[in-house]
Amino acid sequence: MATDDIMPGAGPGAGVAPAQRESPYATYLCHLHAGELAYQFSRTARRAVFFPRVLCPYSGEDCLEWRVSAGLGTVYSSSVVYPRSGDAYNVALIDCDEGFRLMSRVEGPAPQAVAIGTRVMFRVHAAEGLDEDPYPVFTVVDQ
Amino acid sequence: MMNAFAARRQAVIAGAAESDLGEVGPGFSPIDLMAQGVQRALADCGLQLADVDGIFCASSQSRLAGLALAEYLGLPDAYIDSTSTGGSSFLGHLAKAGQAIAAGACQVAVIAYGSTQRSLGRKNTSVAERNPYEAPFRPFLPPTAYALAAARHMHEFGTTREQLAEVAVAARQWALRNPMAWEKGPLTVEQVLASRMVSHPLTIRDCCLVTDGGGALVVTSAERARDLRKPAVKVLGAGHCTTHQSISNMPDLVRTGAIASGQAAYRQAGLGPGDVDVVQVYDAFTINTILFLEDLGFCAKGEGGAFVSGGRIAPGGALPVNTNGGGLSYCHPGMYGLFLLIEAVRQLRGECGARQVPGARVALAHGNGGVLSSQATVLLGAA
Repeated sequence: MATDDIMPGAGPGAGVAPAQRESPYATYLCHLHAGELAYQFSRTARRAVFFPRVLCPYSGEDCLEWRVSAGLGTVYSSSVVYPRSGDAYNVALIDCDEGFRLMSRVEGPAPQAVAIGTRVMFRVHAAEGLDEDPYPVFTVVDQ
Repeated sequence: MMNAFAARRQAVIAGAAESDLGEVGPGFSPIDLMAQGVQRALADCGLQLADVDGIFCASSQSRLAGLALAEYLGLPDAYIDSTSTGGSSFLGHLAKAGQAIAAGACQVAVIAYGSTQRSLGRKNTSVAERNPYEAPFRPFLPPTAYALAAARHMHEFGTTREQLAEVAVAARQWALRNPMAWEKGPLTVEQVLASRMVSHPLTIRDCCLVTDGGGALVVTSAERARDLRKPAVKVLGAGHCTTHQSISNMPDLVRTGAIASGQAAYRQAGLGPGDVDVVQVYDAFTINTILFLEDLGFCAKGEGGAFVSGGRIAPGGALPVNTNGGGLSYCHPGMYGLFLLIEAVRQLRGECGARQVPGARVALAHGNGGVLSSQATVLLGAA
């Protein structure tokens, strides 16, 4: 019945419960501010999910829980970008030990010297300036 | 066995044409080039604009490309599909036009593309979409995405930069036989290797051109095409697969969705790689040709580098690949897929002059969209 929809004192948006407390990216970012690399884990599929999202792509269910990575991984692939001006820099894909992959860069060695298969460890690149968010970068693990 | 009704409704390509290519100059819009392609493709098969009741198009420069082309052509009642899957859009459009014609939603469809990215500058012609999980690392996209795939291919299979360069050299040799090609001079492996590095291991000569250009196809039923000016080209099979959008989400950098899209197209056509006479694959970068020849079954996984070497895919080689000179040396306005189909049609009609593959009966056209993200395969047959 239409009258059931009318709630006393209801203003625009009142009674609409937010589906999420915050966006997946906001949660991810919150962990980075705390020095942590966070990812999601699907309880249904028993596997990691990255990038963070609002549903599990393996089951379609709202079953994703946040976990914090140990920060260890392996270089899956690596390139060096040569801008028309400025220094060459590394862009890499990192396979984290928990079973998710992300884009990042490996800092320390010359960008050309970042080899596929290298063991790397996460650290936070702190926010610089008003508009920039922190982001994850990696350094070579001494073996 | 197809019944007579279905056979009459089978989609065929009746007309095909490029717009002006290269650098068309200031003031031209992408829709101008689409319309130029439509006019030439209709003239190619002898149909009129008034016969057209279906519009399929996509452009990175037009958010509502279907509306823009309907307005430009004055076709208020046309069936419209402006799905964009990047450079693979037009191979998808061909499959969808076939479905629309079979369903009776339209009778004569045009598939159109236009881009003025060279005249305007690339930064002015595509919408920047910031991925917060990639943007901080400043990948130079799209080249860095393909460079990451190339580096992984080299790591897993021992593929070399020289083998990547062989792809560019073969494309250039074909382009020298195509009067419409942008590049007019010869190219060697040594020149490719010595070119400016863009995103390692890819140099500027491993990367496609940046040109203007457009074109159109006219698609209709086999029955409607029977009396037209040129022999119709049959659509024998089509397949599509989307594995990711951003390169950091590609499940396996050396195995693309072309494996699935190719299998679907081969199955529908009842054909295999050994039946294909001429191959057109989207060579946005040299690694693409290697990946797609592997994934479409022309050689085993990991053997693509050796396969493309020694002139095997060049003029006179065992497998003619990208006979117009490809995105590497003929034309690359940003979403190249339509040109794969135009060249395949011309090869099957025997219209290719110095670059004609003698007696070509079956052509494979394979489109790529995004950063190895969307893969669309089409098998075409001569009348």
